[in-house]
Formats: sequence, structure tokens, C-alpha cells
Amino acid sequence: MHQNPGGLSAAEIHTERKEQQRRRRNSLLLVVPILLFLFFAFVAPISSMLHRSIYNPTLVELIPDTVNALSNWDRTGTPKPETLLTFSIELQQLAKKRESGRLASAVNRSYPGATSLINATARKLRNVDPNQLAQTGHLALLDTDPRWSETKLWQAIDRLGAKYRIDNYLTALDLERDAQGNIQKRQSSNIYIDLYSKTLSMSLIITLLCIALGYPVAYCLAHAPARVAGVLLVMVLLPFWTSFLVRTTAWIALLQTNGVINSLLQSVGIIDQPLELLYTSLATILAMTHILLPFMILPLYSVMKGIDPSHVKAALSLGSPPFSAFVRVYLPQTVPGLSAGSLLVFITAVGYYIIPALVGGTDGQMISNIIAYHMQQSNNWGLASALGSLLLAVIVILYWLYDRLVGASNLKLS
Amino acid sequence: MTEATYYSWQHRLSVWLLRLGAGLVLFFLLLPIAIVIPLSFNAEPFFTFTEGMLRLDPAAYSLEWYRTIADSAKWKLAIRNSFLIGLCATFIATTLGTLAAVGLASSTMPLRRAITALLLSPMIVPLIIVAAGMFFFYTRFNLVASFWGIVIAHAALGVPFVIITVTATLSQFDQSLYRAGLSMGASPFKVFCTVIVPLIRPGVISGALFAFGISFDEVIVVLFLAGPDQITIPRQMFSGLREQINPTILAVATLLIVFSVTLLATLEVLRRRMPK
Repeated sequence: MHQNPGGLSAAEIHTERKEQQRRRRNSLLLVVPILLFLFFAFVAPISSMLHRSIYNPTLVELIPDTVNALSNWDRTGTPKPETLLTFSIELQQLAKKRESGRLASAVNRSYPGATSLINATARKLRNVDPNQLAQTGHLALLDTDPRWSETKLWQAIDRLGAKYRIDNYLTALDLERDAQGNIQKRQSSNIYIDLYSKTLSMSLIITLLCIALGYPVAYCLAHAPARVAGVLLVMVLLPFWTSFLVRTTAWIALLQTNGVINSLLQSVGIIDQPLELLYTSLATILAMTHILLPFMILPLYSVMKGIDPSHVKAALSLGSPPFSAFVRVYLPQTVPGLSAGSLLVFITAVGYYIIPALVGGTDGQMISNIIAYHMQQSNNWGLASALGSLLLAVIVILYWLYDRLVGASNLKLS
Repeated sequence: MTEATYYSWQHRLSVWLLRLGAGLVLFFLLLPIAIVIPLSFNAEPFFTFTEGMLRLDPAAYSLEWYRTIADSAKWKLAIRNSFLIGLCATFIATTLGTLAAVGLASSTMPLRRAITALLLSPMIVPLIIVAAGMFFFYTRFNLVASFWGIVIAHAALGVPFVIITVTATLSQFDQSLYRAGLSMGASPFKVFCTVIVPLIRPGVISGALFAFGISFDEVIVVLFLAGPDQITIPRQMFSGLREQINPTILAVATLLIVFSVTLLATLEVLRRRMPK
């Protein structure tokens, strides 16, 4: 009789396999509730932001018939009179509902001057008799402003009629479309690319500062006798556990024009006039370094604690100078901690909002602040979403690197 | 330092410079926090030490700003909301997170790596993106400007911390205890309640404290989702720091420092009790 490797009968294998499946199902069942919860609370919201970055329903919602009519237009000359007629009727309806302003600002983003043109036309059309407008609307339209016969304007409206567009991404990357719809670099300014590079370079400076400041502390922590290390660790954990708004408050108190640092410097006589410390990028960098430093020290410390001290001792006893023993034997072994800490600090810094908003002024703003601005003040949600999606892409790439280098599940908190 | 032997005077010097540097950095870490506390007792509405304070003149110190908090309806509402939201969010995050961590610890868990990455992602995604997305999505369910909207959001943000701490405790947990319980005839549910939960309790509690801390300190989601009634301590601090800066904020900050010291001490006690 054929004997299988484990010496089990077919029935036993069958039962064992069933048992395996049951266990798999049980462990999955434990994870299902949280997956459902996170899907609703977290994944779907992020997806809806991604969707919002390419979804532009404004024109389809406001002037559906015109958008529909324009789809048969050959994009040269002026659209057919019937199309203009349809538009004039829809514009009158919008004017009566007082929604023409939304149309005006939407078109204005690709056709400068459209705001005043559409608002003025809407005002005039509002009082025209609807029956008469249904007959001669196209003439009424052309009468109010000659620009209504321009090909460029209608090309713009036609382009904006598409529900899904990448225009927000073009804006976010400082690109624009020319009159023919070709993508080119925006002539006027480089706002967002500059902002991204400023955000990344500030995060890099913060990360380097955290390495420079955190490394010696982690080293002393890892090499101090247990009792001293305990005290030092509490000194690192206490700021880590203190609300970051408290720490931001502290920095505002320190850096204000009449704050602690300025009054100290003045009373010592180093300066006559208070320095402008708050509301600068320096303040952002200082406060963020302070807040993120424990994120560097803790992973470094846990890696350094695991390093066998006999390696360095061996190098020294073989005649290596202490400095080169450090650089060639010790430093390479701390690289996992360095990369974990650096990526953690960098990822967090790139997405920070509160600190730059409170201490950064205009100079110390980062990309998150502009996203918040477009969400809350300019109400350009599409652009905010596109800027957010690009930021998310940066973070996902960094997180993927982190997972490759460190392993996401190796994250430790204490 | 364990290495008491120095190899040259340069070595001795560099070790001492290193210690000096580390000391200065620790000073930099603690100084801002330490300065807030005396400043909150300032009798004048300044953010700096007055001459009277430096002379330790009792008249330069007062409890005025603490009285302002006690008298303010807004601050009372903020404190109440912060605790209520924090407790509800912590309950959701801890329950779901502990179950998931137990599932992830089992050797039969399929797709473990992908699921772990997903569960930890709320910690990595910048809060401004989370807040903007939640604003779009929660509007459809009338969760914007509602108590439960913020609770759900904060629970999602707390989940990764529960997963991390409970997973860390479970990695020291002997799976054979689970099988032993089953072989004695107990149902998996019974084994979970009477064997697993008591053993991982320190991890669960510290995860819960983390989740509570996250919710208690969170402001960006609140700024995007909260209605006029959902004032929390961080939201009130944020508007205070943005608009009319006055030392009431310093008094609140001092109270929060006391609160976090208490939390830290609790965690430390729990850590010492964890099975090694």
C-alpha cells in the first residue's frame, strides 16, 4: 500500500485540511470587523478624495443641455445657433436661481474674463421674456457681448463639460492647456512645484537636524547604566507624550516678539531690537524638530541597545583608532535605526499642518497648509484633492520604502 | 557609559563632548515644556517672565488664568467633549483592534502582510488628507458636524496604535495555551475571554491609552468635521493660538502636561507588569 510522507491516512489528511480551513476562517473572522470599519471610516473617504480630484461635475450639473449639444460641435468657428439658444435658456434659468456665479467662476479658470462676461450676460438675460428668449436667445446672447462668438470661449466651455478631467492635476503641477488644448508649462508662475520642493527640503532639513541631535542622545541612552538610562528615557518620553499643541504653545511663548528668548537676549544686551523669530520658516523648522526628535531617538535607541559592544572592543583591541572603530564598526550597525527614524520623521514632517499654520507665517507654509486653504477658503475642492493626492503619492512611495527597509510591522512605540 | 577605558585623550574628549551634546539636546527637549508651567502663573497677560516673577515676588504670580478656565463655558464644554469623544473612540478602536491583533497573531492568518499594512496606514497618511477625504465622504451620511462623525474618525486614527501594542504583547504569548484551553473542552470564545484577554491585558490597556491620547490631542480632523457644538480642547487651543493669544492657553497647557505625566506614569507601571 502506498504510504504518504506523514504516515497519515487519506481520511486523516482530509480532517486535518478541514481543520486548517476552519482555523483560517476563524482568524479571518477576527479581522473582518475592523476591515469593514476602516473601509467605511478611512479607505472610502480617501478614495472619495481621489475621485474628487478628477471629477468635475459643475458644468454638467449647471448646463447639461449645452454640454450635450456641444458634443456634436466640430470645435471650429462658433457653435450652431441652436446650441447658443439652448445656452441662453439655461443661463437665464441659472440667473433666476442665482447660480450663474458658480458657472462664471468655473469657466473663468480656463477662460480669463469669463466671470464678468457671464455675470453681466446673466443679469441682462434674467429680465428677457422666456417665450421670446426661446425664439431669439442666440441673438440676445451675441448682442450682449461679441465675445460670445469667439471659438476659444466655446472650446473652453466644451472642455469643462467633461465630467472627468485631469485639469486639477495640471494646475497642481503648474501646467496649463493652451488655446488648442495642448499641455504646456504655466507661464505666469511656479507656485505648487515650488511649494512641493520647499516642503520636501524643509522636511529634509528637519530630518537631518533630528539625526544630528538624536544620535548622541540615543547613544548615551543605550550605553548608560540601567538606572541612568531609565531617567534619560523618561526625559525623552515626556515630551513625546506631551500634547503637541502644548509644545507648539511653548514655542510661541519662547519665540514671540515679547517672548522669553527676545527678552532674555535684550536683557543680556546682545540685541537692542526684538528679533522676528515667530512666523518664519525658522520657527517651523525649530518647532517641528523639537516635536519629531523623539521619533528619531526611540528607534535609534532600540537598535543601539541590540548592538554587541564586543564588536567595537574587538576593533579597538586590534589597534583601530576609536573614531575609525566607530565609523567602520558601530555606525553601519545603526543604519536600520537611522533609516527607520529618518523615514518616520520625514514622512511625518512632509504632511504636517498645524505647526506651520501656527508658527510658520507665510514664509513657513507647507503643502498641507495650501490644501487646507483650498478646502476652507477658496473652496476649490478639486484642486485641494489633486494637491492632496500628489502628497499621498509621495507618502505612499516613502512608506513602501520604509516597509522594504525596516518592515512596517517592526514599528515599536515604547 | 560602560566603557570606562579611554584609549587616548582625544577619545576621552570626544566621549565627554558626546555626553555634553546629549545633555544639551535633552535640555532643548525639556526646556520649552518646563517654561510653560511657571509662565502660566503670570499675573500679567505676558508670554515672558516679568521682573517680579524673577524676584519671586508673590504678587507677580496668580491663578487668574486657571480661574478663567474654570469660569468659561466654552472650556468646560471642550473638556467634556474631549473626554467623551476620546472614551467612545477608544472603546471602538480597542475592541476592534484587539480582535484583529489576535487574528493576525494566529499562524493561519492569510494575507497577513497586506492586512497589517492596511491597518497601520491611518498612522502614515497625513491628517490633512484624511480630514479632507472624511469631509467629502461623511457629508453623505450626515456625519459632518456630528459627535459620532468625530468619534468614528478618531477611532480609525487610534486603531494602528492598538494593533501595534497588542501585537507586541501577543508575540510573547504562548500559542499552546490557546490549544490547551481548547483541548480541555472550552469553546474558542471562552478561551479568548478567560485565557487570552487576561494575559494580554497590559498590552490592551496601553493600546487603549495610546488611542485615547491620539483622540485627546487630535485637532485637524476636528477642524474639518466639527460643528459649533463639537468644541474640543485642542480645537479651543488652536483657535486661541490663532486669534487672541492670552495666558489662558498656558494654563491649559500646564494642565495637559500634568495629564500626560499621569498617563506616562500609568504606562510605565503597566510596562513593568508586562510578562518578560
